[in-house]
Amino acid sequence: MKAKMGIGLVVLTALLFSLCPELPAGAPPAVGGTLPNVALPGPKDGADRRYLGLSGSFKIPEIKAQAVIVEIFSMYCPYCQKEAPVVNQLFARIEGNPALKGKIKMLGIGMGNSPFEVGVFKKKYGVAFPLFPDPDFAIHKRMGEVRTPYFIVTKIHPDGSHRVVYSKLGAFEGVDAFLAAIVRDAGIK
Amino acid sequence: MKKKGLIGAVFFLGAFLLLAAGAPVYSASEAFKDNIYNTGHLKSRDSVLKVKVGQRAPDFTLRAVAGGPVSLGQFRGKKNVVLSFVPAAWTPVCSDQWPGYNIVKDLFDEHDAVLLGITADNIPTLFSWTNQMGTPWFPVLSDFWPHGKTAARYGVLRSDGTTERALFVIDKLGVIRYIDVHDINQRPSLEVLMGELEKLP
Repeated sequence: MKAKMGIGLVVLTALLFSLCPELPAGAPPAVGGTLPNVALPGPKDGADRRYLGLSGSFKIPEIKAQAVIVEIFSMYCPYCQKEAPVVNQLFARIEGNPALKGKIKMLGIGMGNSPFEVGVFKKKYGVAFPLFPDPDFAIHKRMGEVRTPYFIVTKIHPDGSHRVVYSKLGAFEGVDAFLAAIVRDAGIK
Repeated sequence: MKKKGLIGAVFFLGAFLLLAAGAPVYSASEAFKDNIYNTGHLKSRDSVLKVKVGQRAPDFTLRAVAGGPVSLGQFRGKKNVVLSFVPAAWTPVCSDQWPGYNIVKDLFDEHDAVLLGITADNIPTLFSWTNQMGTPWFPVLSDFWPHGKTAARYGVLRSDGTTERALFVIDKLGVIRYIDVHDINQRPSLEVLMGELEKLP
């Protein structure tokens, strides 16, 4: 009888999942864990390709860096709009520091945003780091449908493995403190 | 035993549905925190249009959140006008659509167009809600009383008293050039709207 019930549940599960092919979203990437296995489209812009050190579709841990800061944002999100100048400051601080430039890289993912909408955000705020569209929320879903702006910092080891060292919703507390924490937690050398 | 199995199955089904429902994807901005009312999935369209492309747009005068009346007629001969009806304050997709428009004033300016945002909410509600977006540069108009009169005149008032998610592009002569009564559950693409403004003389 128990076995029958078990089989029943398995069948029910299979049935439900077949009715509902969109799997429930996972949890946001956890500190100490890894990123979901998500591929981003190859950067359209030559400067972005050179900056990230790759061409064609890629996964975040393939980026040539010791750590990558990912911002999940939306052109339509008021807090992301408000935060944009601070995030730009962070990027400028990294690029302006020879000890960090090339070691910490940044990118943004515009959840639910078309390439046009990401372009609007990039132009409006003069964002100098690569931004990627996510028009059908596919990446957002894999990232645990986080609210925005959401920041994830991943440490990339020389052997290609990686580990999430920061994963948090909302504005970070000051550019310098945030940067210092990344350098410490990702062990930037 | 059978009963237990049934209870188990119901419990399992419930748990699955809870998981599958997930978080609302639109309006995931921290700006709104937990203040967005989850409407769930709505009937995509619940009204019958009463105007068409090529017709003169019906005039209206509505109160703006920023104060004073705003009439469609005041832009005739001067500006192209985009009417953006959204269903209601504090609902998922709408809390997303206007903040986007809020950063593209220059794109509207380029096309010599003004944007008028309209819902059937009252002024105090619209005031609180739009303040969360950062005060919009465009007039936000209340079609609250007589309830939804303007929306009804255009044929975008839904049976529950909210309005459709609809865009109307009206040229400087006051003629309707484009209508999009969008699926209420989806955000219209900014690109498509800008493409329509591009087509205006």
